[in-house]
Amino acid sequence: MRRRPDAIALRVDPIACDGYGHCAELAPELVTLDEWGYPIIAETRFPPHRGSIAHSARLAVRGCPRQALWLERVAQ
Amino acid sequence: MTSLEAPPRLLVGNLGRPRTLVEHEQLFGPMTSPGDLLAMLDSSGLRGRGGAGFPTGKKVALIAGERHRHKYVVVNAMEGEPAAHKDRTLLSMNPHLVLDGAEALAHLVGAHEIAVCVARESSKAIDHVERAINERARRGRHHVNVELHTPPGRYIAGEESALVHWLDDNETLPQYRPARPTILRIGRGPVLVDNAETHANVALIARRGPQWFRNLGTLEHPGTNMVSITGGVDRPVVTEVALGTPIRDILAIAGVTQTPRALLLGGYGGTWIDGRHVDTPYDNESLAPIGASVGAGVIVVLPAHSCGIAETSNIARWMANESARQCGPCAFGLPAMASNLADLTSGRGRGTSVIELRERASVIAGRGACRHPDGVIRMVQSALTVFGDDLAEHAKGRPCAMAAHSRFVSVPRLEREDELVWE
Repeated sequence: MRRRPDAIALRVDPIACDGYGHCAELAPELVTLDEWGYPIIAETRFPPHRGSIAHSARLAVRGCPRQALWLERVAQ
Repeated sequence: MTSLEAPPRLLVGNLGRPRTLVEHEQLFGPMTSPGDLLAMLDSSGLRGRGGAGFPTGKKVALIAGERHRHKYVVVNAMEGEPAAHKDRTLLSMNPHLVLDGAEALAHLVGAHEIAVCVARESSKAIDHVERAINERARRGRHHVNVELHTPPGRYIAGEESALVHWLDDNETLPQYRPARPTILRIGRGPVLVDNAETHANVALIARRGPQWFRNLGTLEHPGTNMVSITGGVDRPVVTEVALGTPIRDILAIAGVTQTPRALLLGGYGGTWIDGRHVDTPYDNESLAPIGASVGAGVIVVLPAHSCGIAETSNIARWMANESARQCGPCAFGLPAMASNLADLTSGRGRGTSVIELRERASVIAGRGACRHPDGVIRMVQSALTVFGDDLAEHAKGRPCAMAAHSRFVSVPRLEREDELVWE
């Protein structure tokens, strides 16, 4: 049986990001915006399949108009 | 002083012109293919001379381990740092040493293409490289194809991922590399990028062995390092010193005898250190406790009659303009920091400017695709510490008398100032 990753984290490609700010609306637990409107992403690691953080993170990834966000598997 | 008396290794025998291939082989001996160059590089302890100081052996092993038919070796002699002149100096004296190193590395990693990159503004260096490449072509041992490339010489163009981007796609923009170390690629072919001085050192290690290389320098940071000394000096010089030489002795070469107010080490994205650290040995291990590193071998001297805030403001403004403007935090953040510094320099700024500056520095750090913003932040933060007294006065609206015309750190004229993204 394939092991599930221990945890995931939200990441942003700073070149792709144009500061639309949708991520901060969709995942306020993880994203705040700096004074120029670019996302500051918390280093929070969360379980991939449960909980509201994982849900918001997925919404943010899907909701980014520049597709600059992704979820990365990380060691817990 | 003993280490200073050691003869230079790279800047040896100045003819006032580049050494020809024949003269080069008379002086250094012919380049023989060494046995296990990778093992030699590892045990020599050579670290990259472009700024980051990554162990060359490790980097080479990474590319050598890649399985691909088309690999590339890049000689980075872009030298976009306004205070650095070492690569051009090296190419004006011993260009074949650099090319020897590049060929040895190409052979080692299995590359058939070497790209020598010199900024298009450095016309003399371009001539030297062209002539050297032609000389070798006439000699006719073509197992590797050596080509000269001349990207536009913006500061960021010398950043390794931007340089590879140029070779791949004619754009001098840094690439985003979430995982490190990353292997840069042209097409799908892995690329080994090293600074020109690193290549020259490889050529000497291949000839004389790792033990010889370790005769100079420290255990952790062996060998020699080329240093560009500018700023408040009688004569700006490029010199070569054994790593571990006290900074005071290095400054003496440029005619600096009095203890300076401060020194900018590494480059414009480097670290200010207080003049009282002038007896610190010049190598990465000794400099680490005071937050500095050898970097690209830049030393800018700030004499007593100067204003560190004004100088820092000047550099920050130029570095902000040199941003590739790909990432928001860098494109907007650096000009914002530069404007805080400009306010503080003129006396318009107050304590809030300092608070804002510190906050912005911590918010921007680590959020660019490349390390450009991080370098500027390091430089600015070290200035806030080293010039703390001055800063307090400036923040009370009392800029020092020198602020208006203190210009020891040379910064090129901004060519695109109207495009600067101010907040």
